[in-house]
Amino acid sequence: MNVDTARPGAGAPGAPEQAPAPARTPLALRLARDPVVISGSVAVLLWVAAALVSPEFASWGQFVTLMTVASFLGVIAIGQTLVIIAGGEGIDLSVGATATLSAIVASRFMAGSDEGILTAVLLALGACCVVGVVNAVGVLVFRVPPLVMTLGMIAVVTGFIRLYTGGRPEGSAAPMLRTLVAGDTVAGIPGVLWLWLGLSVLVVWLLRRSPFGWRLYAVGANPTTAYLSGVNTSVVKFSAYVLSSLFAGVGGLLLLGYSQNVYTSLGTDYMLNSVAAAVIGGTALVGGVGGYVGTAIGAILLTVLDSLLRIMQIGGGEWGDAPRQIIYGVVLVIVLTAYGRQKRLRQ
Amino acid sequence: MSTPTPTRSPDAGPAPAAPGPLAQVARSAASARMPTLAVAALLVITLAASVVLQPDFFSPYSLSASFATFLPVATIAAAQTIIVLGGGIDLSIGTIVTLASAVSVVLMDGDNSRLPLALAAGLATGAACGLVNGLVVAGLRLQPIVATFATSSVFGGLALLVLPQPGGTASPALTQTFGMVLALYIPIPAVLLLALWLAWRLLRQHRFGQYLYAVGGNADAAYTSAVPVSSVRVFSYVAGGTVAALAGVALLADSGAGDPTLGTELTLGSIAALVIGGTRLKGGSGGVGGALVGAIVLSLIQSLVFFAGVPTDAREFVYGCIIIAAIALAGLLTARSGVRRPAFTRGKAGTR
Repeated sequence: MNVDTARPGAGAPGAPEQAPAPARTPLALRLARDPVVISGSVAVLLWVAAALVSPEFASWGQFVTLMTVASFLGVIAIGQTLVIIAGGEGIDLSVGATATLSAIVASRFMAGSDEGILTAVLLALGACCVVGVVNAVGVLVFRVPPLVMTLGMIAVVTGFIRLYTGGRPEGSAAPMLRTLVAGDTVAGIPGVLWLWLGLSVLVVWLLRRSPFGWRLYAVGANPTTAYLSGVNTSVVKFSAYVLSSLFAGVGGLLLLGYSQNVYTSLGTDYMLNSVAAAVIGGTALVGGVGGYVGTAIGAILLTVLDSLLRIMQIGGGEWGDAPRQIIYGVVLVIVLTAYGRQKRLRQ
Repeated sequence: MSTPTPTRSPDAGPAPAAPGPLAQVARSAASARMPTLAVAALLVITLAASVVLQPDFFSPYSLSASFATFLPVATIAAAQTIIVLGGGIDLSIGTIVTLASAVSVVLMDGDNSRLPLALAAGLATGAACGLVNGLVVAGLRLQPIVATFATSSVFGGLALLVLPQPGGTASPALTQTFGMVLALYIPIPAVLLLALWLAWRLLRQHRFGQYLYAVGGNADAAYTSAVPVSSVRVFSYVAGGTVAALAGVALLADSGAGDPTLGTELTLGSIAALVIGGTRLKGGSGGVGGALVGAIVLSLIQSLVFFAGVPTDAREFVYGCIIIAAIALAGLLTARSGVRRPAFTRGKAGTR
């Protein structure tokens, strides 16, 4: 337990698992305290607000577009969630750069045709795995704090992108990838949303029902007891970092399909938004707490908020992007205050 | 100088990374923490390489230019270190720097007579931003990483409101003073750097300095020892914000114009510098001295990559790899300097 007492991020001492809610707590109260329920309702509220401001927002087409945009953040945040749950100050700030890397490698090998799509996807994801392995080695072997290690990797990855492209990314997305993201495939829902749904089910199963998931939570909650219970903590964390980069790569590919062309700051915005999505969804940065459903809802919430601010025409005009940024930050603080708070010092 | 044994006692605080008075240099060198030695070694190596690659490195002009680049980076690193020592982290520090410099440059508008007002407004802006961060982190008890990410969005937006495009004119008095060289050889930025370090030493001696280490080391123990934990946290953010505003002014004095878009880069650089300088990211151990040297090392590496004739497109990559290597080295030494433990807890030793 001492391990937890002095974590700065959390400052909060104590139980890695959230204190088990007393059995007597009424269901309504328990729901009202559940991060997933809270962020879900906030997302719905924002969406209703957006629909009131601009009625077209409620149309099916708009809804699908919104979810498509949310899916990129959602997929990238999968890996982020895994890394954060694995604990030990786990965080992966390199996801944005990794997503860009994946998109850039893939677009060069696709070059706008379907022929090389398999090679392109494999190469792109392979490059992302390398990033993940380097992150994991830095964190586990050299004991660099994950925040710093992944921060440093941003410099390395963007540097590599610069070296690889000479500053001018080439190629474009394969038509097949475009159809997946933008095309209308099954039951009026683009393939990318089915893919997101599939990945979500997979990840939730992985976290809740598979031995890997149990070990991940065990390591995140208390690495010492996990170790003493025979969990190979290094392997679990190693996989978490590699998976994080892998999912960031998948997110980058989807982004490529959406924007069709690449640019070097494609994934930058996803770096901290993926962390915010996970935290809004109830995943605690101390590790061992949380899950993917919350993160997915967090991703939707952030996307709805962004679109709401856009359709309200805040931003644009003489003030540029600034007011939207400010409101975005303020709302984020308010949402976090709803439940993302740490324990009091006085117990 | 105590070794950073993973003690839980809050009064393990007095472990300044910077060497004490001259009389104690030998003793402190003998008992210096490994990260201190590591960053000293890095400094010597990068300095030697710089001298080899730039034969006129120690000429007054070149020295003045170097220190003008060091000062802003080092000041931001110092600001971040104060916050990290107290157990927090500030991802918004870069945007505080840009907001403060934007406010200053807009107010001074190239006019010497407005300089004092503009500087005061800049510093007040920094302190106010720090206060907001401190209240959000200590008052609302949000996790510092996400909370300061959210506030960075706010501050960045404000900076864009104040100064929509890079530009503005710093007052000539400011830029001229900054470029001056005292006694033929000592550039003003070097003097300011020294002043910053001395100010830190003063703070370190003060009760607040002790509290800072106590809270960062173990907030609960500090609380039970009647340390005003929340106030110390708020104060650490306010102090950090104010120092960050100083960095904004230094940036302004160096470049002569404001730029509202630098934020993120500066934040990342400040964290890298303090880690290389041997400050533990979990708080309670390290010091501003190390961070200053770390920032100098980072700047030197950047110019080294330039002077070593690395092709333009490869520069960023090489720079990134060197930084990762430096960070890994620092991490390795920090981990090794603890008491020997089974491999799986050794990484955790720092948390106590």
